Amino acid sequence: MASAAAPGSAAHGAAPGLQHQFESAGQQREASALGMWVFLVTEILFFGGLFLAYTIYRWQNARAFAHASLHMDIALGTANTAVLICSSLTMAMAVHSAATGRRKLLIGFLVATMLLGGAFLGIKAIEYTDHIHHHLFPGPGFHYPVPADARAAEMFFSLYFGMTGLHALHMVVGLGILTTLLVLARRGRFTPEYHTPVEISGLYWHFVDIVWIFLFPLLYLIGRHLK
Amino acid sequence: MSAVVREPEPQEPRRNYLNSSYGIRSWLLTKDHKRIALLYLVSVTFFFFLGGLFALLIRLELLTPAGDLVQAETYNKLFTMHGVTMIFFFLIPSIPAVLGNFLIPMMIGARDLAFPRLNLLSWYVYVVGALFTLWAVVHGGVDTGWTFYTPYSTASSNAHVIATAVGIFITGFSSILTGLNFIVTIHTMRAPGMTWFRLPLFVWSHYATSLIMVLGTPVLAVTILMVFIERVLHLGIFDPALGGDPILFQHLFWFYSHPAVYIMVLPAMGVISELVTTFSRKNIFGYKFVAFASIGIAVLGFLVWGHHMFVSGQSVYAGLIFSVLSFLVAVPSAVKVFNWTATMYKGSISYRTPMLYAFGFIGLFTIGGLTGLFLATLGVDVHVHDTYFIIAHFHYIMVGGAIMGYLGGIHYWWPKISGKMYPEAWARFAALVVFVGFHLTFFPQFILGYLGMPRRYHAYPPEFQVLNVMSTAGASILGLGYIIPMIYLVWSMRYGRNAPPNPWGSTGLEWKSSSPPPTDNFEEPPVVTEDPYTYSHEEVETFG
Repeated sequence: MASAAAPGSAAHGAAPGLQHQFESAGQQREASALGMWVFLVTEILFFGGLFLAYTIYRWQNARAFAHASLHMDIALGTANTAVLICSSLTMAMAVHSAATGRRKLLIGFLVATMLLGGAFLGIKAIEYTDHIHHHLFPGPGFHYPVPADARAAEMFFSLYFGMTGLHALHMVVGLGILTTLLVLARRGRFTPEYHTPVEISGLYWHFVDIVWIFLFPLLYLIGRHLK
Repeated sequence: MSAVVREPEPQEPRRNYLNSSYGIRSWLLTKDHKRIALLYLVSVTFFFFLGGLFALLIRLELLTPAGDLVQAETYNKLFTMHGVTMIFFFLIPSIPAVLGNFLIPMMIGARDLAFPRLNLLSWYVYVVGALFTLWAVVHGGVDTGWTFYTPYSTASSNAHVIATAVGIFITGFSSILTGLNFIVTIHTMRAPGMTWFRLPLFVWSHYATSLIMVLGTPVLAVTILMVFIERVLHLGIFDPALGGDPILFQHLFWFYSHPAVYIMVLPAMGVISELVTTFSRKNIFGYKFVAFASIGIAVLGFLVWGHHMFVSGQSVYAGLIFSVLSFLVAVPSAVKVFNWTATMYKGSISYRTPMLYAFGFIGLFTIGGLTGLFLATLGVDVHVHDTYFIIAHFHYIMVGGAIMGYLGGIHYWWPKISGKMYPEAWARFAALVVFVGFHLTFFPQFILGYLGMPRRYHAYPPEFQVLNVMSTAGASILGLGYIIPMIYLVWSMRYGRNAPPNPWGSTGLEWKSSSPPPTDNFEEPPVVTEDPYTYSHEEVETFG
């Protein structure tokens, strides 16, 4: 039977994109989706280490952390949250367009998602520049107005840059994935029968979005009541 | 074992995964899980002997009480490099990436793993990580111990912490990819009729192992990332001088590294289940208990990490809970040991080499497991913490357990992997040498530890010398026991007799295919109609 199967796609001449190890397109779709879900579980644990460190140090330095969070620009943070939620919407619409076979719409929504993702990174870059300008990047150049809190505040900013930096890195990877999808979509590679790559990339994008939904209150909002 | 000279070789060149294509590219770019398994076999064997070399140097230094062969600093590097290579580059990938890779698709009746390209990628990721660590070895090594405890690793050590840590970080992703691939494959690629409770126990134990790889390894990765950030950018996370908490590092580290022990031993348990049933010609006693014991070990294994930290300053109440939970892990482990024993009861046992390793495993794992209970006991642990007692304990699990299982599995499936029979007499002899050498190496260490000899020192009081000489002598015998199989297995690839499809009369699907199997594993897609271990006493003839 499959002894002559060439590695790669469309070995059986059956469904497009079917790889030789699978019996059917359904099996392949199920495997790809499960693979992405398992990958996202590993991502949760990966971020989990940082969230644990945040939890412990915030518990040890509750007041100083709350004060340090007042140095965040709430307007930019909120704007970024809105941008990211919108990008999740456009991503969901892209998946829907792929599933219903509307190529033009798919391309449009992919582009929109990429623009929003790019906007998020742009705003983040403005914030980073701002912090560095105010000597809030941890390390030898760190300078904090309240000397008694300086150590805890430095810890807060270490975690801030670590967590948002890792998140931003995931956004960059996401933009890379979207670029690949865009190229494939323009070549007409996705059909209602075969659009698993769009679907599982969507899962990834939503995951990165959700991480931000946790980062935003933990880093921006915990000190609001002190204002 | 028959003495027939020039026996006609059965069915010579037939197309199989080994001769379907030739050349270095056909191996380095292969997506065939069986070839990738062989790539892993070669790489982990290299690291096994490299780690063994470090062990040899450690044992040579400890031959005499004075620190004479190497300096203290060099000795620190030796035990660190021994631990790092053996754990991250041999034990963790050994059975899963070699035997699991080769066998899981065959055992469930699939043509390949769900993601063949990811599988190849995992090997390359492993190699890149290994190169970083090898670079560190060549440029002077690392001296932190394989545990990389902070703040020494982030603030004080002058050795190549970063290169080694980056190597481990990268290799971790190879482990994650393997685990992910196994989970998805076992869920979605089973042949018609291959229900969950018809899966061989080898597959169950690899499913449990994969869960640990997927859930634990990312935490190690992020921990190493934080060490990296602290050491390079001087951001305070773990260093108390920078406001950090070193105990947090230990929690994060052991959250992975304790379950990692089960990454090493669970696959070996899966191998033993296959060996015991085959060579006792009996169905496994309590299939579901053995299957769920694997899952139970994986789950409980995540809840006991604090028993590495009884003397670290963690809260006494946390210590109490971790102690109780650690005792609980003994339950599923004991279920397995009792069920294997019950499987052998009134079985028709044949003493082939793989079965000798299975006997070795059961005995040594039992000793290793029971001494683990000493260490889980809060008060006793304070006495034996950081002594040779713990060294002996975990070597009984890892060398006596994991490596015995690995060697037993390699011998059992060698006819399938290579298409050749290994020389039985030599193999039995080697198994005996390994068993004797192992005990002589590590049993004295239990006594040394209980008498109070601490680990990680290159010199010791003269009254400990006799036991240390025994241990070093044993290590030499053990080393010999590992070199012999290396020689005859390589020899057998060229000169061994051709293997029939099913030399042991086993029931697994992998034996229904030819030896070695074709690239697509099966001529006909298999359909499963019965349970995995339907052995009967009657059919006892095996090959060779």
